[in-house]
Amino acid sequence: METFATIVPLVVFIPLGGMIINMIFGRQLGEKGVGAVASVAAASAFGVAALLFFALSRFGYEAAVINPPVLTSWISIPSANIEIPWQFRVDTLSVTMMLVITGVGTLIHIYAIGYMHGDSRFVRFFMYLNLFLAFMLVLVSANNYLMTFVGWEGVGLCSFLLIGFWFDRKRGDGWKNSNAARKAFIVNRVGDFGFLMAIFMTFWTFGTLDYYKPGEPVHAAEAAITETAVAPVAEGGTSGEGGTSSEGGHSTTAYAGPKGIFGQAEDMLREGRTIRFGNTDVPIRVVLTLIVLFLLIGVTGKSAQIPLFIWLPDAMAGPTPVSALIHAATMVTSGLFLMTRSSVFLAAAPAATFVITVVGAGTAIFAGFVALGQWDIKKVLAYSTVSQLGFMVAAVGLGAYSAAYFHLITHAFFKALLFLGSGSVIHAVEHGHEHAHAHGHDEAGAHDPSLAHDDHTAEHALHAIADDIGAHGDPSILHDDATHADAAHAGGQHTATNTPIPETAEHEAVFDAQDMRNMGGLRHRMPITFWTYLIGTLALAGIFPLSGFWSKDEIIGAALRSGFTNGELKGFIAFVLLLLAAFFTAFYMWRQIRYVFLGTARTEAAENAPESVNLMTIPLIVLAGLAILGGLLNIPLGISVGAVVLVVAIFAAVVFLLALRSQRRTISGGMLGFQLLIGVIVVGVAFAFGNSVEGLTLWLEHSVGATMNLGPFNPLLAIIALVVAVGGILLAERIYGRLNPLTRKGRDPLEARADTRPAFALANAKGYTDAIYGALIEQPYNRASKWLADRLDWDFWHNWFHERVIFRGFNNAANFLGEPVDRQGIDRLFLLPSRAIRWASGRLRGLQTGYVRTYTFTMLVGVLLVIFLILFPLLRQLIGG
Amino acid sequence: MMGNPSIPIEYFVILSAVLFVMGVLGVLVRRNAIMIFMSVELMLNAANLALVAFSRQWGDVSGHLFVFFVMTVAAAEVAVGLALIVAIFRQKQSIDIDELHQMQG
Repeated sequence: METFATIVPLVVFIPLGGMIINMIFGRQLGEKGVGAVASVAAASAFGVAALLFFALSRFGYEAAVINPPVLTSWISIPSANIEIPWQFRVDTLSVTMMLVITGVGTLIHIYAIGYMHGDSRFVRFFMYLNLFLAFMLVLVSANNYLMTFVGWEGVGLCSFLLIGFWFDRKRGDGWKNSNAARKAFIVNRVGDFGFLMAIFMTFWTFGTLDYYKPGEPVHAAEAAITETAVAPVAEGGTSGEGGTSSEGGHSTTAYAGPKGIFGQAEDMLREGRTIRFGNTDVPIRVVLTLIVLFLLIGVTGKSAQIPLFIWLPDAMAGPTPVSALIHAATMVTSGLFLMTRSSVFLAAAPAATFVITVVGAGTAIFAGFVALGQWDIKKVLAYSTVSQLGFMVAAVGLGAYSAAYFHLITHAFFKALLFLGSGSVIHAVEHGHEHAHAHGHDEAGAHDPSLAHDDHTAEHALHAIADDIGAHGDPSILHDDATHADAAHAGGQHTATNTPIPETAEHEAVFDAQDMRNMGGLRHRMPITFWTYLIGTLALAGIFPLSGFWSKDEIIGAALRSGFTNGELKGFIAFVLLLLAAFFTAFYMWRQIRYVFLGTARTEAAENAPESVNLMTIPLIVLAGLAILGGLLNIPLGISVGAVVLVVAIFAAVVFLLALRSQRRTISGGMLGFQLLIGVIVVGVAFAFGNSVEGLTLWLEHSVGATMNLGPFNPLLAIIALVVAVGGILLAERIYGRLNPLTRKGRDPLEARADTRPAFALANAKGYTDAIYGALIEQPYNRASKWLADRLDWDFWHNWFHERVIFRGFNNAANFLGEPVDRQGIDRLFLLPSRAIRWASGRLRGLQTGYVRTYTFTMLVGVLLVIFLILFPLLRQLIGG
Repeated sequence: MMGNPSIPIEYFVILSAVLFVMGVLGVLVRRNAIMIFMSVELMLNAANLALVAFSRQWGDVSGHLFVFFVMTVAAAEVAVGLALIVAIFRQKQSIDIDELHQMQG
């Protein structure tokens, strides 16, 4: 296993390579080439992940720590005893994440080729997507907190870049997009503070950041938590040199090598150690609780939980594939990954898990409620995502990691499906809007009867649309046109009169292709999108036997067990809130279906909306298949998952053949479909060889340990959950069933009723979160910054300190030094000799008369003087002698 | 002693001194360059007279010898000096020594 897992760096480097290829050759490759490179990179990463999966299940789930061939030592400061290697961790947890990220990622890459068609920054978009994959894979495959943090920040960066991807849209939309990007970035920085604090505390406590040292067994660590009597586990690794730990380099279990943070934490817990922070000794349990709470701050940022969830709904400003990949399926789940990775810490911190559960369940119900009142098709999905993430976080808080992961995976399937479906709808409505205005009503009318079929099964619809495209190849149906991006805003002069248009204020100004009030009746126009969307909706609502039913049921089951069997308060709270949230989920999703797909078209745009290209619908179909079958992942019945995946593969093959039949014009579409098919078959074969792979719970247990909170399947609970979901749908159907045409002024039926109006207003205003955050944070912040700018910076710093103290002080000092000191003092001192010399020379120059006579006389006098001096002694002799 | 011994050495010395003083006064007083030149010659000859007189007094030839040297040098000096005076005259149309005071400080 160890040797086989050495391919793990590839999973990071392949998407990175794809990005670099596109960066260098993007312009030459053209759209198709760029899309193909990016998608193949994603698919190849998926292939690597699948191989790792195969290897893990084949070789006894033995986890491995891998040093990449390059960059073996990352941060190494021997004098300070700091050693943070760049290592990959291959275990069932990281491989699960890799499979989800690359699998869903590949589908979304393919979809994006169609969606981003004609965009002016097509190459850049795919570079960002590949870069995102690389960072996300670093995040999940890391073997220490710091490396995870690198990925964590990297995906944050890509998220920022992609939310603000259309920063140059006209009419202030560009500002909106870039503001959304900044909001996401800044809010996430708040969360990162928590993560960083957790990292620092972890390092202080354990002297290392490694999750596991090479060769360290997972279960040696876990045995200690569950059993107080130390049962030495006879697994041993011999690799690894001297431990880097400064705080606790002790070990009492059989495994004697150096331990990562989790192993050390368990040893410390068993010994009841205290950690020294400053002057106080803090018990290890308290330390771990603090670490977990700090981690939770990070998680609330990345995974959009209360109180930092506010960025995610705004993040929908990015292109829809981004919303699907980053803000629904992968990046937002990294918080879950982080907490699952730290399950040992969570297990030791019951107070913190209580907070986690309450935060998760609170988020689930709050976001679910807000989703009821949204008009924007993507906003509904965004709040739905927040809500579902709340489910997962609550599950983690309850200790039901496998339930959380199960829901994470199924959610990745159906929420990606829903987002891609919504993208397809938006695309179509934009195009329909443009079409209606470009060609007038005649052509639209001519198209209408042919597509207004009476009954549609998915297959029938697929054939119909395939024939339609294949037969007359009308380019307008494929809507190849480059300006779709601006289509939504071309409607400033929207003056259509024939169709009933809701008369809300914003509709008169700009046509909004994302507003559900502008849709309706799309079932007939886009059958593939409709049926796949319906599957996604039912899966999300938790209808038997779709995937969402199983995963949500497990979470609620875990809450039930925790609350009623174990008598924990958090379980009770979670059970009530989550059940209510599940009801909301069903309700708002059916409301959306009603608004978007059922009834009749409410605008010209919706009337003329075409079905999307195959490049976009194929991923929808595949994801729909996964959304249906995803529940099999964790059915504890010993069903061979290989068989399931083979079913999916056959399903994909059918889709692929259908696509190929209708897709004669674009070879690359067929090629990508083929690639996809190969990928799925690889996984199928891998499963088959992995001989009847265990369910997800058992699979994850190899990484997370025996703290999974498993329970038997509870039929009563399943029925309750189902009743709640169906109840939500039926209630929505009852309220929104007579929706067409819309009630006056485009008001929601809930809004029209006096008794539900306040509730709807509350939901529509997002629970006034923006107002509350504005009043609590933004305004004080603005005031404070204004005060700082005006008073501190301008008045004090600029006017007083710079102008007065520095500028004038300098002037005064310079004047003092210049005039009295330099000119009066130093200059005079040094001019003195020169003046003296000048004066003396002025006197002496008189000697040089220029007259020969003078010189002669002088000479004479000199000679006489010399003679006198010579003769003087003689004279004295004569006189004296 | 050779020559007329009746003329004592003092006579020669006094004559020499008188000649010398005349030369000095000439140099100091006269403004004509040629006159100054002649005065200089007078001083040289005064010295020559003194040298010759002492040479006869002590019976030593080196005095004579010295005189020859002085005369040679004086001849050379005359050549150069007269040339200078001619050059000055060409320049200034005058040999008044007082007009040559460009070196005045």
